[in-house]
Amino acid sequence: MGYDPNNPMEGRITDLGPPHYSKFLPPVIANNKGKWLYHEILEPGVLVHVSETGDECYTVRVGSARLISIELIREMCDIADKHCDGYLRFTTRNNVEFMVDSRDKVQPLIDDLKSRGNKFPVGGTGAGVTNIVHTQGWVHCHTPATDASGPVKAVMDELFDYFTSMTLPAQVRIALACCLNMCGAVHASDIALLGVHRKPPMIDHERITGVCELPLAIAACPLGAIKPAKAEVNGEEIKSVKVNVERCMFCGNCYTMCPAMPLADPEGDGIAILVGGKVSNSRSAPKFSKMVIPFLPNNTPRWPEVVEAVKNILEVYAKDARKYERVGEWAERIGWEKFFEKCNIPFTDKCVDDYRLAYDTWRTTTQFKYTNATAKYTG
Amino acid sequence: MPKHDTPLLDQLESGPWPSFVTDMKRMAEKKPEVYDILGQLELSFKDRITHWKHGGIVGVFGYGGGIVGRYSDVPQQFPGVEHFHTVRLNQPASKYYSTENLRAICDLWDKYGSGMTNLHGSTGDLVLLGTRTENLEPLFWDLTHDLGQDLGGSGSNLRTPSCCLGQSRCEWACYDTQEVCYALTMHYQDEIHRPAFPYKFKFKFSGCPNDCVAAIARSDFALIGTWKDDIRIDQAAVKEYMAGNYPANGGSHSGRDWGAFDIRKEVLDLCPTGCMWMEGDELKIDNSECTRCMHCINVMPRALRPGTEMGATVCIGAKAPILDGAQFGTMVIPFVKVDKENDFQDVIDIIENVWDWWMEVGKNRERVGETMQRVGLPTFLEVMGIEPTPQHVKEPRSNPYVFWKEEEVEGGFERDIKEFRKRNAM
Repeated sequence: MGYDPNNPMEGRITDLGPPHYSKFLPPVIANNKGKWLYHEILEPGVLVHVSETGDECYTVRVGSARLISIELIREMCDIADKHCDGYLRFTTRNNVEFMVDSRDKVQPLIDDLKSRGNKFPVGGTGAGVTNIVHTQGWVHCHTPATDASGPVKAVMDELFDYFTSMTLPAQVRIALACCLNMCGAVHASDIALLGVHRKPPMIDHERITGVCELPLAIAACPLGAIKPAKAEVNGEEIKSVKVNVERCMFCGNCYTMCPAMPLADPEGDGIAILVGGKVSNSRSAPKFSKMVIPFLPNNTPRWPEVVEAVKNILEVYAKDARKYERVGEWAERIGWEKFFEKCNIPFTDKCVDDYRLAYDTWRTTTQFKYTNATAKYTG
Repeated sequence: MPKHDTPLLDQLESGPWPSFVTDMKRMAEKKPEVYDILGQLELSFKDRITHWKHGGIVGVFGYGGGIVGRYSDVPQQFPGVEHFHTVRLNQPASKYYSTENLRAICDLWDKYGSGMTNLHGSTGDLVLLGTRTENLEPLFWDLTHDLGQDLGGSGSNLRTPSCCLGQSRCEWACYDTQEVCYALTMHYQDEIHRPAFPYKFKFKFSGCPNDCVAAIARSDFALIGTWKDDIRIDQAAVKEYMAGNYPANGGSHSGRDWGAFDIRKEVLDLCPTGCMWMEGDELKIDNSECTRCMHCINVMPRALRPGTEMGATVCIGAKAPILDGAQFGTMVIPFVKVDKENDFQDVIDIIENVWDWWMEVGKNRERVGETMQRVGLPTFLEVMGIEPTPQHVKEPRSNPYVFWKEEEVEGGFERDIKEFRKRNAM
């Protein structure tokens, strides 16, 4: 018996929740839960965890797109069936982890992974670039200012050697969110790629009455830029809204609330780059990512300007930062004025905060470093 | 459905990183509607704009979340994606799977959907990407009856909770993140499936202050493992690190020659509180000065471990920027036991305290962190029944604007202006 459309409530089951995790733990994990003593990264992408029982768990981490087919998942299952007793796991950063319980099972697993073309790159551990967490972009979302899977593929192609090695001063977490809603929560990443709009919403007067609650659309604007207004449709006066363009900060919240106020645009939309965020409490407190490049165009299919900018920042950091220093810790130690100089990024008014609590970010001391940006005063 | 020319997407098939385009083309050979996903995506790459319509409310009977409606704005051109709804499946804790379970999910999605997925969505769900409205109820029937699984959250409800891998494969986890994640997910099935909140609410469980699920950045309610006694030291292992016999930071810097391990430079001098020193070849820690940042433990995992009296710190109110700017979680409760013995009642009490208040005073589409900002931390702490401590702030206020309450001021606020004038002429 399956679903019966004539009796939809008949035999219905709800609120089951997820399966209990204990059903899915590989034996070496289940047997040693809570007993792990230490871990070590043996080579990029390969970890060993050692238990107080003497057991060892070897993990091989591979990168993956986030957008994947069931054909690929089935292939992952084939690999896990062959080498890992039928278990595998996924990390919070879209990596796949294959675990085995002895060292001699590692190389055959790696050999198998490597025999399958570029589908399963081994890496993403330690002081390198791990997988990019990201959002849906043009493949599924209705509010994006850029694509997600496309720019991520282009950036990871360029940074591939950093995924398969551990040569950086610390781990570098890159994230992409395709609009300011930030489903990907990129606001605390070493390097954040953020889809941004730059044109105010259009107003579809012909549709607005049918699809929007006007008070909600008006209240949606954090800067009060949306006001009630009359408009004429087919010779009749209707209630609509107008936008005070000077106050618009292009957040897109109005469009979220009102489909008759679209703001996406091929020329207006693109990617901003924010850097220096971190989540971990290690050494310094968690930090927000800060905007250093306000806009780069959506040059499909490979976003060359974005790729170049990310690579440049990463390589300057790799050369200049001290061991253990995250991007944001490095930028704070040398000073953000030095960050812009060393990375050769032009500083503009767009990087000066003028939203709420902005004053906290303005310099209120005579302590600063002279850089190329101050040469016109000191030259 | 025919194959479309995709000259732009084809350029994403080269390069060393796995190509989602190649993967989708492989899928399309079995499920031709994937050609229409590629076709519409190609059009977006050409037009540099999305081709999905705004919203669309669909779901399964009795649930207010778990399905995200989506429709193409060019359905004549790409009928295979006319409806392209997302199904969020509640993932198992820490995203461990048996291949048996994953294959069953693949078969389900083969039967009812496009065959494309996200493993995983940002909140943690296993996301099935693209199906038609008429498939939703049959899919849900098979999901619940045959797989014994359920949908996750979407909309103004409790979103699918998620956790780090915790004690399952990490020596630093200060509590069992998987168990509390599972227990609370089951405890709050109604809150996950039937939206009743002002806006979304997220739980995230990290086992230690390294915070691998970004709880402090992304969750309204973050439970981050910590300890209250002393860091455990194995002095013999410290010597092994100093002798270069154990790799620093678990070997994470081995790709570059950083020189010999220097405990002073790499551990003592990077300790944010300077509470570590060497006495001869013994490592000493003044634990009363320690802020439990994890740096020394990260660098010498075989020598240093968190203490044994473990629990968690509660941080509340994190969110991404929309609308009033991004916020990290504010430290609200310094230490709480995370105890399965009493079914995590201490944690549940804190959560329900927040909800009772927020559901009453929170405005439509206001995250709890924004409500906290609107009313102020002192008011929020009072609601929570928590005495303010210096630990709640980075620094005391620098402005003098205290909201004194009448009962806090001797004689109250009521005064007689006539009496005042008798003594103080104008």
